[in-house]
Amino acid sequence: MAKWTIQAERCKGCGLCVDACPKQILRIDPDVINHKGHSPAQMTDETRCTKCGFCVLMCPDCAITVER
Amino acid sequence: MSKTNKPHSMTETHTHYCPGCTHGIIHRLVGDAIDALGIEERTIGVAPVGCSVLAYNYFNLDMTVAAHGRAPAVATGLKRANPESIVFAYQGDGDLASIGMAEAVHAAARNENITIIFVNNAVYGMTGGQMAPTSLPGQLTQTSPNGRDVDLCGLPVKVCEMLSQLDGPAYIARVAANSPKNVIAAKRAIEKAFRNQVEGKGFSLVEVLSSCPTNWGKSPKDALKWMDSTMIPYYPLGVYKDTSRREIDS
Repeated sequence: MAKWTIQAERCKGCGLCVDACPKQILRIDPDVINHKGHSPAQMTDETRCTKCGFCVLMCPDCAITVER
Repeated sequence: MSKTNKPHSMTETHTHYCPGCTHGIIHRLVGDAIDALGIEERTIGVAPVGCSVLAYNYFNLDMTVAAHGRAPAVATGLKRANPESIVFAYQGDGDLASIGMAEAVHAAARNENITIIFVNNAVYGMTGGQMAPTSLPGQLTQTSPNGRDVDLCGLPVKVCEMLSQLDGPAYIARVAANSPKNVIAAKRAIEKAFRNQVEGKGFSLVEVLSSCPTNWGKSPKDALKWMDSTMIPYYPLGVYKDTSRREIDS
């Protein structure tokens, strides 16, 4: 049932998806660092995700995929 | 249904843009429009000089790079030599509104059947954030550390307002990439600009207001807020010219 996925290596940790999320369930994961040296975004509570796709719209790095 | 955000007409290459730069969003919208119209096989892109000079790495299309500001002239040649191809120029404000002003204005005046995506972030991004012709009054940049002084440097160039006064162009619109709502509107405008070319309607230019968190000295989140509070009031969004709409009205 994994429906919200992120290619963590593409993510630059800008946080535009975090701000765009109407449910405020995304965050920048400080414990993970990718090869670019950025901390990627992370889903905190997928059960509350409405799959609106705002994070997909605002991601400049084509990192997020939402399946619905 | 899968809602992935990488269009087919973009490559897998990771972009070199700074975190939070909305160039990536605008690239995706261009890719989406090309995918939606099914014109990937016959589209040629012209990259500018500026941050998006490496756009040829990111688009899975035939791409070329023009001398600084000359993308509309190169696009004109490509389109006239290959009328079946779909040609777009992707230019920044330092490229189009400064050194390439003449090429852009004359391509519009001639109503060349090309599409221009004009990314306005109000600074020279690639060279380190110097004041551009589009920098706002009072804006802090590397070369205006006390804010843009309009008595000394004049007032910003409003490209859409200026080009829409010409009789030539078919479609001139300004959109922004700072919120989901505005990105959806930008997507529609960019798709229309490409569809106009497919239908032979003529010169279409979409100005996309973009953020430059690095050179504005703001976080990506604050940069988008600054666009909303300061940039969009100075550069109002909307359709400035649309000849197809006039035909419907009359």
